[in-house]
Amino acid sequence: MTIQVSPVVEKTKTTAASQREAYWATLLELAQASQSPVKGLEAVREGAIAHVHTQTLPSTRNEEWRFTDLSSLMNVELSQPDRTLTPKAADLEAYAVPEAAESHAVFINGQFSPELSSLGAIPESIFVGTVAQAADDLVAQLGKLSGAEEGFTALNTTGFSDALVIHLPKNQVLETPVYLLFVTIGERASLVQPRCLVVAEANSAFTLVEEYVSHGETPHLTNAVTEFVLAENAQVKHTRIQGEATATFHIGKTAVLQERTSRYEGLSIHFGGHVSRHHWEVYQAGEQTETVLNGLLYLRGEQTSDTHSAIALTQPHAQTRQLHKTIVDDRAHAIFNGKVFVPQAAQMTDAGQLNRNLLLSPKARIDTKPQLEIVADNVKCTHGATIGQLEADEVFYLQSRGIDADSARKLLIYAFAYEILDELPVPSLKKRLLNQLHIVR
Amino acid sequence: MIRENSGVILSVKDLTATVDGNTILKGVNLEVKAGEIHAVMGLNGSGKSTFSKVLAGHPDYEVTGGSVSYLGEDLLELEPEERSRKGIFLAFQYPLEIPGVSNLDFLRVAYNAKRTAAGEEELDAFDFDEVVREKLDIVKMDAAFLNRSVNEGFSGGEKKRNEILQMALLEPRLAILDETDSGLDIDALKTVAQGVNSLANANNAMLVITHYQRLLNYIVPDYVHVMANGRIIRTGTKELAMELEERGYDWLLTEEVAAV
Repeated sequence: MTIQVSPVVEKTKTTAASQREAYWATLLELAQASQSPVKGLEAVREGAIAHVHTQTLPSTRNEEWRFTDLSSLMNVELSQPDRTLTPKAADLEAYAVPEAAESHAVFINGQFSPELSSLGAIPESIFVGTVAQAADDLVAQLGKLSGAEEGFTALNTTGFSDALVIHLPKNQVLETPVYLLFVTIGERASLVQPRCLVVAEANSAFTLVEEYVSHGETPHLTNAVTEFVLAENAQVKHTRIQGEATATFHIGKTAVLQERTSRYEGLSIHFGGHVSRHHWEVYQAGEQTETVLNGLLYLRGEQTSDTHSAIALTQPHAQTRQLHKTIVDDRAHAIFNGKVFVPQAAQMTDAGQLNRNLLLSPKARIDTKPQLEIVADNVKCTHGATIGQLEADEVFYLQSRGIDADSARKLLIYAFAYEILDELPVPSLKKRLLNQLHIVR
Repeated sequence: MIRENSGVILSVKDLTATVDGNTILKGVNLEVKAGEIHAVMGLNGSGKSTFSKVLAGHPDYEVTGGSVSYLGEDLLELEPEERSRKGIFLAFQYPLEIPGVSNLDFLRVAYNAKRTAAGEEELDAFDFDEVVREKLDIVKMDAAFLNRSVNEGFSGGEKKRNEILQMALLEPRLAILDETDSGLDIDALKTVAQGVNSLANANNAMLVITHYQRLLNYIVPDYVHVMANGRIIRTGTKELAMELEERGYDWLLTEEVAAV
């Protein structure tokens, strides 16, 4: 059978494709222009540039980007971030985390701000600092995790201007949480590329919070990458909050490498951005690892947010738990793709995945795709996805106790979100988010 | 208890209602006075649960005719939350679970909604704690239940006791118990019934909807109404319930058909 394609359509396609290529090339130029040299990273960056060159701005024809349309990004003319701008300390007060009063770092347009940061509570044995201050062997670990060749990740490696490095030596346990605040600022839309590397040596433990916010309503593109290397028996609790302005574009990558018996407990919260995407990838490198990936999305207006998670197991006795919840209102759109790979070698895996979605409006949209690829034959793997609305019976139950319909709905949304937010390891942050998301009682 | 000269709490006249286009209530008539306990019995599908939901204002049920007067006011004009604040309480057959909301907070919100409507000041968590602890005895509930999420992981009996606890707090003028006895073992049934009895007084009234005569051994009704096909076809005393227990419903339905 032959399919005739009209030449007009053919031409449009070519134009769109070449527009994406041109835009992608601009991103690379911007990235390269704003990078500052990092000693020991030259080869990794060369490799990253090569990877960027082989790719283009993803279109919805790319299966991995099928539901996440980046074409509106192409209407935004991006430039290099303005490095002279700094928000007033008072503007950042809303983000104060008392638990991390002496263990927080603030980044303005991707650049570490010593004035706004305070790391006094970090003991000398633990390193929390910029890539320029970091030891060579730590720098050498940047950009080494699987998945580094993915377009946006490579773009970040090519051109991040600053990076935060956290190193916990063997047996070090940091009781105070480390809080990282990434702020985009400026009237001029810019490409901002924050970068973090966490190396947790054997038996170490700590809690990290990353929060991404914007100052103003400019459509910046944040392209953030954070890598975690967990050595044997290391334990990391990680919370990532994306609460940028609703004009922004946000592409985030969290890559985790887990050695034997290590435990990674992740919590990803998205309620900001116009179009946002989170790549969340866990690579198992030793047996009996434990992985928790919990997520909460609360989208309104015209927001789109996409979570692509992947847990790649390679060894026996892994335990993974994933509870991903989304609340979508108005004309918002949430996408979830949760991959779990259980190859022959990963016997005795216990993997559970559940995606629960709450649709609050008839125009809201959910696309969900749990994707478990199981080859091993002696494993326990469960998955499920539910999509529902607030049940009339539930609202009525609360009304029949004297609670008005609007408060009843809020209470039920709160109850839906609470299961995830309850896992947030920093109490003041948990309280603030419940307030911020307007789901307080 | 039937008392001379007690005021009318609820007056239902020729009430008809539909759900999803199906007519379920086909002309219900009922008058309930202060101090009285009324039992409504009937087979599945007779309309008795629909009747309770219509009285509480469930949005899925559409009233197509007749009237309901509650303390002299047109009940059908009121939103469900307004009905609650004015003293109507429905104990649910299947109480809902609300994860993430502590039972104590839920009870306080409900309690304060009623106080606010009555022009009284809201109670803070501290003062409310005292109030609720007094009521726990009525349903023999452990204080630990207050800190758990509403009904989450509760057994069937615990859920029903939690309903009666809410009733004790809200002190309704008209309490409607929708098959509160279904799924309860005999001990739980006794606890729930004792709770209800201790809350009954000369000012309020109870409408006890049940499938089984068993509950009426513990909550003794002044009137027993039999519902069939969306109407009350017979009204009697507690002896009628006994008779139903012995003979079933068929004889009544046959008489009803013969009468028509």
